[in-house]
Amino acid sequence: MSAIAMRNQEAAPADIKMRAAGVDVSYGDKQALFAVNVAIETNTVTALIGPSGCGKSTFLRCLNRMNDVIEGCRVSGQITLDGVDVHDRAIDVVELRARVGMVFQKPNPFPKSVYENVAYGPRIHGLANSRAELDDIVHSSLRRAGLIDEVRDRLDEPGTGLSGGQQQRLCIARAIAVEPEVILMDEPCSALDPIATAKVEELIDDLRERYTIVIVTHSMQQAARVSQRTAFFHLGEVVEQGETGQIFTKPVDERTQAYITGRIG
Amino acid sequence: METDHIVKSFDEELAKLDNMIAEMGGLAEVQLADAVGALVRRDVELANRIIEKDRRIDAIENELHSFTIRLLALRQPMADDLRIIVAALKISSNLERVGDYAKNIAKRTFVLAKGPPLGGTAQSIARMAALVQVMIKNVLDAYIQRDAAKAADVRARDEEVDQVYNSLFRELLTYMMEDPRNITAATHLLFVAKNVERIGDHVTGIAEQIHFMVTGDLPGDARPKGDTTSFTVLDPATTERPES
Repeated sequence: MSAIAMRNQEAAPADIKMRAAGVDVSYGDKQALFAVNVAIETNTVTALIGPSGCGKSTFLRCLNRMNDVIEGCRVSGQITLDGVDVHDRAIDVVELRARVGMVFQKPNPFPKSVYENVAYGPRIHGLANSRAELDDIVHSSLRRAGLIDEVRDRLDEPGTGLSGGQQQRLCIARAIAVEPEVILMDEPCSALDPIATAKVEELIDDLRERYTIVIVTHSMQQAARVSQRTAFFHLGEVVEQGETGQIFTKPVDERTQAYITGRIG
Repeated sequence: METDHIVKSFDEELAKLDNMIAEMGGLAEVQLADAVGALVRRDVELANRIIEKDRRIDAIENELHSFTIRLLALRQPMADDLRIIVAALKISSNLERVGDYAKNIAKRTFVLAKGPPLGGTAQSIARMAALVQVMIKNVLDAYIQRDAAKAADVRARDEEVDQVYNSLFRELLTYMMEDPRNITAATHLLFVAKNVERIGDHVTGIAEQIHFMVTGDLPGDARPKGDTTSFTVLDPATTERPES
């Protein structure tokens, strides 16, 4: 069986990790998202694609309530994580962001050592009881991020001294050090060269076994390469979502077709 | 989608692909008509020219193959663009085979022209070929117009071709049983008839690619099949002389 066939088979009885239902988002009096419904399957990479300003990054930030900190931003509708509303009073937003981690467009390591970049999260969340446990978390996170062999002897050097691709994988190591369940990635490769991009894409594919991943990308080829499911956003609406192979070979909606084939929609 | 691509040169390349298919298809259609014409008129000169002209079809096929690979690599097409390019690649192979069958008919014309005509079989083959020529013309129109309904119509017509082939098969077997001296000519004519029938199958295959190109799916129903000659047995004791 081919890798793709296996992938499709695994996806068969979909286990929903996060679900957005009727989500509207406004910045002041400008509405950015309209009644968005998206189901995010467990251990699946979901790609969000669409032209600039279509609302895909806004939607991504809703998933771990990053929009809370933006002045004048209003979110309504329901977003659930394992069936629990993320806006529920019982939900602690700091804990939510530990469970739903984030990696940004530009690698943004702290101005600290490689070690401290990864150790920071586990330390503030109290995940390690001893230096030895913290060492373990740092090493395993760097290993899972595919970076350990490159930084083993440089753990005390500044994280900002690494190459761009290494910095981005350091940020991924930092995100997974707090044992998240979902990782949100906002154009994680747009500042990277093709080789560094390939390494991050390979990493995303590995991470899928343990985590649920949602990635915003401007590169449709990247969406096609790394994701199993794709949602197409246009003017604040989800026009079409489905299995990635179907979206890129026979999209149902004409707007999806126009966008992915590079036509004027 | 009828709208143009933002990158205009990609539209020009897709138009070039259509032109190549149209040129190949047009040549293949003429080759079949000429091959059958040469057979009926026992025109060895024309048969020679047909063999020569097949090279042009082969050359366009090669050119189209490199062109599609280039498009896939450089444009990384998606959705209907991807389907158009893949369909054109497969259709060009079908058309190349159509050309080969026409050339093979021309080759057999040399042997057949040396002996006397075998009843009206050549004329019957010409009538069968006329059906197939209409199918080729319509399937090319369906390709250019992206018309899945027209392609489905072509696909349905292949059954008629198969039925004509069945009766030709029996007719030729009867000639052979009647007089062993007919065997050489009858065998060649049997291959000629089979070639025309196979051309019909390739045209049907093209129709299926057009359906895929337009809708994203291959036709769901089984292809209509009317060629029963694989199971045909003729008993000499009960066989009547063919009318001619």
